[in-house]
Amino acid sequence: MSPVSPVSPIDPTPGRTGLVFDEPLLWVQSRPGRRGFSLPRRDVPEAPLDFGLVGEPPDLPELSEPQVVRHYTRLSQWNVGVDTAFYPLGSCTMKYNPKANDRLAALPGFAGSHPLLPAGFAQGALGLLWELERGLAEVTGMDAVCLQPAAGAQGELTGLLLIEAWHRSRGEERTKILIPDTAHGTNPASAALCGYTPVAAASGGRGILTAAAVAALMDEDTAGIMVTNPNTLGLFEEELPEIAAAVHARGGQVYCDGANLNALLGAVRLGELGADVMHVNLHKTFSGPHGGGGPGAGPVCVKAHLEPFLPAPRVVRGDDGAFAWEVDRPRSIGRVHAFHGNFGVLVRAYAYLRTLGAEGLAQASRLAVLNANYVRVALRDVLHLPFDRPCLHECVFSDAKQRPHKVNTQDLAKRLIDYGFHPPTVYFPMVVPGALMVEPTETESKDTLDAFIAAVRAIAREAEESPELLRAAPTRTLVTRLDEAAAARQPCLTG
Amino acid sequence: MRYFPHTPEEVAQMLAAVGAATLEDLFAPIPEACRTVRPLDLPEALTEWELEAHLGHLAARTGAPRGRVFLGAGSYDHFIPAAVPAVAGRAEFLTSYTPYQPEVSQGTLQAIYEYQTLGARLLGMEVANASLYDGASALAEGVLLALRVTKRTRLAVSRAVHPAYRRVLATYLEPTDFETVELPYGEDGRTDLSALNGIPDLAAVAVQSPNFFGCVEDLSGAAEAAHAGGGLLVACFTEPLAFGLLQSPGAQGADVACGEGQSLGLPPSFGGPGLGLFAARQAHLRNLPGRLVGKARDRNGRRGFVLTLATREQHIRRERATSNVCTNQSHCALTAAAYLACLGKQGLRELARLNYDKAEHLKGALAARGIRPRFSAPTFHEFVVRWPGEDPGRYEGLLEKGFVPGLPLERDYPELAGCTLLCATETKSRADLEALAEAMAP
Repeated sequence: MSPVSPVSPIDPTPGRTGLVFDEPLLWVQSRPGRRGFSLPRRDVPEAPLDFGLVGEPPDLPELSEPQVVRHYTRLSQWNVGVDTAFYPLGSCTMKYNPKANDRLAALPGFAGSHPLLPAGFAQGALGLLWELERGLAEVTGMDAVCLQPAAGAQGELTGLLLIEAWHRSRGEERTKILIPDTAHGTNPASAALCGYTPVAAASGGRGILTAAAVAALMDEDTAGIMVTNPNTLGLFEEELPEIAAAVHARGGQVYCDGANLNALLGAVRLGELGADVMHVNLHKTFSGPHGGGGPGAGPVCVKAHLEPFLPAPRVVRGDDGAFAWEVDRPRSIGRVHAFHGNFGVLVRAYAYLRTLGAEGLAQASRLAVLNANYVRVALRDVLHLPFDRPCLHECVFSDAKQRPHKVNTQDLAKRLIDYGFHPPTVYFPMVVPGALMVEPTETESKDTLDAFIAAVRAIAREAEESPELLRAAPTRTLVTRLDEAAAARQPCLTG
Repeated sequence: MRYFPHTPEEVAQMLAAVGAATLEDLFAPIPEACRTVRPLDLPEALTEWELEAHLGHLAARTGAPRGRVFLGAGSYDHFIPAAVPAVAGRAEFLTSYTPYQPEVSQGTLQAIYEYQTLGARLLGMEVANASLYDGASALAEGVLLALRVTKRTRLAVSRAVHPAYRRVLATYLEPTDFETVELPYGEDGRTDLSALNGIPDLAAVAVQSPNFFGCVEDLSGAAEAAHAGGGLLVACFTEPLAFGLLQSPGAQGADVACGEGQSLGLPPSFGGPGLGLFAARQAHLRNLPGRLVGKARDRNGRRGFVLTLATREQHIRRERATSNVCTNQSHCALTAAAYLACLGKQGLRELARLNYDKAEHLKGALAARGIRPRFSAPTFHEFVVRWPGEDPGRYEGLLEKGFVPGLPLERDYPELAGCTLLCATETKSRADLEALAEAMAP
């Protein structure tokens, strides 16, 4: 039986027919007098009010609760997440987010607690923060941890401020910082925010940085180096110990961007290789849901010599086992968060750490590396692999083999959507023109990877035989390719 | 481990495919000398049951009796309608990332576009970004914007701005050459704007309203003074619900409105995640920090949404980026928008009024017992009182009875020793308010 009557005037555009809904903007659905909120009972009288202070009520849409629920439920159906599909967004580590952790972060004692509660009312939360600091120090091989930074980039800024404060405490003012071309995109921006001039350090022919190149750039005006390891090509910076020695020899400090830590759990502790400070993206390696772009958490881990400069206050444990806040820290760089950081994300990370333990974390990295290499080997005959050697947690292809057919990375990515996959990271890292960066993570099964590999192989064939299919993609989504250039020329940011 | 889907057979097949004998062999690219020599020293792994018991125990050792915590100071206890976490908790929102691929992220993108619109309307501004980390980082970014736009070097920051926000601002500015001048507060609890006269090379005046003491500031006066000196007014806040009742920062001439959005449907969560709200005048569009979502058209002319103006970010000329914000508080922004959609224009007005009335009722109940506000300016839902007799043991005595009677101010304001900052929102019943007043009575 045909599900659609032949006389039915069905619009064939996806998103306009069947149970793929259209959804107007909130305010288009507004009608004066509606409210989706049950106001608490008024048990006090109206108090006198200086009407000179009173403003117009903000022009918010007026909706019922069912309207609001339907609106957001429909919007959610236009989104792909890790719970929906394979999401191999390189360097973002889109692994499965355990449901138990969400539930635990929502426990009333955690979610309902005020950040300024006297320590006597917050022993559980303080103990959790204390234990998480210890765990992260152990994983990274560092001595002390600050949990305040709310995201990786804020962790970067915090780490650089620590380096700056350390140099200043020694009577030195340094102006430059070395940043490899395979570092994360936010590194130079963080350095600039901190008042440093970023100096690019070129990776060598093998896709990694050489100690010789760093030694040649390092001078007494250079505060240090920011290294992402494994780098954004998914390659281990083998010469990191020698690089660190070269930087330290000229009085510099070594910052390690820990965004790619998921490759190294239990295998490498960057603190043992000469890192003085690093941040960890908890939402990546320690599996917080990324929430459409946040919240994350970017704790900073340091060696002992930088500990006095860490943001205050610090959780301390007294001889009686009770936890307290140590506020008076005269050498601290100050604060980077109004309170204690993104505590809800920290709870999830702590739960993840406790669920996996030492062996589970090590196994996560092993399987993440296995999955990335499996994809690398399975696709290297159809996609150009600029650095054809074993990778760690992610592998970087390029569109070099498709360019002769006038098909680019963007086209490959969009066509993947038609096959039911979220595209990998595109056009990053910038050292690879037309890059396509795949990070499968350890929570993806062989079946999923095989299906992805089959889809990419099919798309590579299409690129040769019918490239217009790629250039037209995606076709099975609510909207087709959006004109981002026009949107930026005449920005419309509010309705 | 239940998170790993690999069977031993599959691992063997995959290892064969990549040409490795064991999983450990996969780490061959890492020199032996770089490997750690011992297993991680971490507590034993827990089952889901054990984990729940352990965290349940920690959560039970956190918190105070509901109805007896009168803390505000930048984190507020408000009722959260069940519909808000229900829709925000949809896995398609929660488990996605930054919408780099707009065709499969229209849900997040439309939600953020709507959030930007609602935020701009709430604050009386023209454009809002897709969120910053918290109120403190929003203030820091607001001031940095003013420094970029005016190319001037001096800032005036009110002493009645949240002390932690001022500390974060100082941290952000530490490596720079910019100079900060502190504006004192007057006897009424509001910023003394006369101190602004004659400050040369002024880039920004940063004032919080309602301020840290709960007092409603004269933002119009601050805007006038800032503009007369050629600077911008950066209006900060910790309680956006206040603008359901009070004049918005935009209506009073602010150039940037920035602050904390936790009140809008997010639980206190021991201080985070919250939401850095950030809005500004259209003229500063290309200097806005953080991400922006804009309207776009697809190939069929259909409306959609995309991340836009990303060239201000790290992608191009990345060392000259206006901000390093990448991961933000996107999911919190979506939650706040859903909350505002539930309340609507009238709901927000009535809720704000109720908050005002609850605090005024507490003020009255305390005054009846001889405990008066420290400052004379009108307040929203928090205010400062001086403990009668300045008996230092009284605060601790109330803690022992299970009350948290506000935030003692001595640490941040030595001149306010013996004063406490009390907050009463709609979650406190009349009985709660009167019980506190009774307990605080001399």
